[in-house]
Amino acid sequence: MSQYHLDYLGELESESIHIFREIAAQFEKPALLFSGGKDSITLVHLARKAFAPGKIPFPLVHIDTGHNFPEALEFRDWLAKEVGATLIVRKVEDTIKQRNLTEPRGKFASRNWLQTYTLLDTIEEFKFDACIGGARRDEEKARAKERIFSVRDEFGQWNPKLQRPELWNIYNGRIQKGENVRVFPISNWTELDIWNYIRKENIGLPSIYFSHDRQVIEHEGQLVAASEFVQLDETDVILTKKVRYRTVGDMTCTAAVESNASTLDEVISEIISTKISERGETRIDDKVTEAAMEDRKKNGYF
Amino acid sequence: MDLLRFITAGSVDDGKSTLIGRLLYDSKNILIDQMEALEKSTKNRADGSVDLALLTDGLRAEREQGITIDVAYRYFTTPKRKFIIADAPGHVQYTRNMITGASNANLIIVLIDARLGVVEQTRRHSIIASLLKIPHVVVAINKMDLVEYSQDVFNNIVIDYAEVARQLGLKDVTYIPISALNGDNIVDRSSNIDWYDGKPLLEFLEDVQTDSDINLTDARFQVQLVIRPQTEELHDYRGYAGKILSGVYKKGDAVKVLPAGIFTTISKLEVGGEEVDEVFAPQAAVIQLSDDIDISRGDSIVKADDSPTIANEIEVLLCWLDEKPLQAGNKYYIQHNSRLVRSVVRSIEYKLDVNSLQQQQVEGQVKLNEVVRATIKTSSPLVYDSYADINVNGSAVLIDETSNSTVAAVLFQ
Repeated sequence: MSQYHLDYLGELESESIHIFREIAAQFEKPALLFSGGKDSITLVHLARKAFAPGKIPFPLVHIDTGHNFPEALEFRDWLAKEVGATLIVRKVEDTIKQRNLTEPRGKFASRNWLQTYTLLDTIEEFKFDACIGGARRDEEKARAKERIFSVRDEFGQWNPKLQRPELWNIYNGRIQKGENVRVFPISNWTELDIWNYIRKENIGLPSIYFSHDRQVIEHEGQLVAASEFVQLDETDVILTKKVRYRTVGDMTCTAAVESNASTLDEVISEIISTKISERGETRIDDKVTEAAMEDRKKNGYF
Repeated sequence: MDLLRFITAGSVDDGKSTLIGRLLYDSKNILIDQMEALEKSTKNRADGSVDLALLTDGLRAEREQGITIDVAYRYFTTPKRKFIIADAPGHVQYTRNMITGASNANLIIVLIDARLGVVEQTRRHSIIASLLKIPHVVVAINKMDLVEYSQDVFNNIVIDYAEVARQLGLKDVTYIPISALNGDNIVDRSSNIDWYDGKPLLEFLEDVQTDSDINLTDARFQVQLVIRPQTEELHDYRGYAGKILSGVYKKGDAVKVLPAGIFTTISKLEVGGEEVDEVFAPQAAVIQLSDDIDISRGDSIVKADDSPTIANEIEVLLCWLDEKPLQAGNKYYIQHNSRLVRSVVRSIEYKLDVNSLQQQQVEGQVKLNEVVRATIKTSSPLVYDSYADINVNGSAVLIDETSNSTVAAVLFQ
């Protein structure tokens, strides 16, 4: 084998950095949508590499549902400071008030889909023309067909039938006034690639990704953190379990997995041997309808 | 561990979805909840087995209309390799999707139904593979169970296809008899096909040598972005960020900046903020030069003694990808990696029949899925190579100035 050879993580990294640089060169006001989860933390790491020794030339934007894990918020603030990026936080709570939206009800009332309103308002407020997201094509079948540069109309809607052909490594980011582009630099990474890269690059993560004691309730086989955002019934039993999170979303719609894995190596070996997909195991919202993601994307979701 | 990107060409009837489902399933990349969803949507099959084709089932919009809209990307990993499959629908109206999916592929799997042999569709897929110079071709002769695993059937198809490959100049062609439905020769060698002594499909995909697919001889680099931090400690810093398209660059190399034609040397190389002595394709790097030169996005940096073509009148093959037809004389943006200039399609010489490779006269407009030989003129010169020589520096897209759609794939001749 030649001495000039990139392994798969090197190749993925190079592809993602290339995409980041295209975004910075082609758009006037990009923004990185930051959720506090491992995928967006990886995005920030790649962005830092793409523009080194300069700073990341766009802000980090967090659409805050108000249902976040405190550990993730703390990490978000630390990371923004660490990389010297501007952090913009817009709250779903405020959108609900301003627009007189109806709060979802129910046991695990999730503001997940309300985020779309706040996101579209934020895009409008700052006139962002490109929003960078950490979605991966292996996550879900609607994602599997989305382009890396995904053009959205003025309502933020994705139209799977009108996607631009995306050939070689050439990205066409030209848009009309009012349109914007969602860009997904880690489209070709899988969950395991992300974890292996985090290990290789020694990227810091919020503590909830590792085993810790947490009060949870059991719901249809999934463990949900007992928080102020979840309505407890009389029949709910609060248990203390050793858990970690495999994805970090809202406390109302992200389930924990029982685990003793307290290091990256242990987490990775658990993920390799798991028999359940990331979304299947940890996302409560995706199970509602089989086409849930496709519908949300068409409405302007990430 | 390295990465192999491949495309599967074929229609549902050839068992393409079943083959992909089989690869994912047998390499244990399907997880319980995905299986449950599969079982739920599998209609009462007599034998109770699941329909692997449904693993690649797409969007609701597609299911409702019974069509496949687009290229879908699928991922699986074995202990030896990470794989990215571009799953493109194969019917004639989808040439556009196949070209899109094939543009990044190292390998193509051409599926042939053993009962039908080499058909028009096989020819079309192979022509696209040859146009795009996909380095490795696997001819998977499927449904061997339906021809009683006959070696004669297999051999006859090999003879027929070898003729197609010869005409098209396809060099690295491998033939594997399989049954995607039954799993014959997918992961394990099939006992039903004991006359075949080659590797089963997955093992072949794991082992195929792709090192020489990347050109490490001719160095090509195009500036994506100029990095100028303009901070106190870095106020003189000026780095040219971009991907190494091909070849190797070393600190101290004599280089020239094109199209301006200015000579200088490389003073510093960086990858991800770390200084290195050399960089190679396909690394994303930052190059610093010893002289202060006016360089901007889209400019090329090559070795001082190297000579890519610099021209503004260019012979190309155009694969038309848009519903709105092309007319000679129309203006478009051309995006050649990161260089974007205006262009006009001057003349269209002939149309290439993607079923026969025959040159035909063009009458009227060039429509979706048609491939033509044309001359384009650009508003300023491009620094390029022929697609056949250095594909990464020999490809571009045309963009409609009014709709902003990507309307054509461009292969420089």
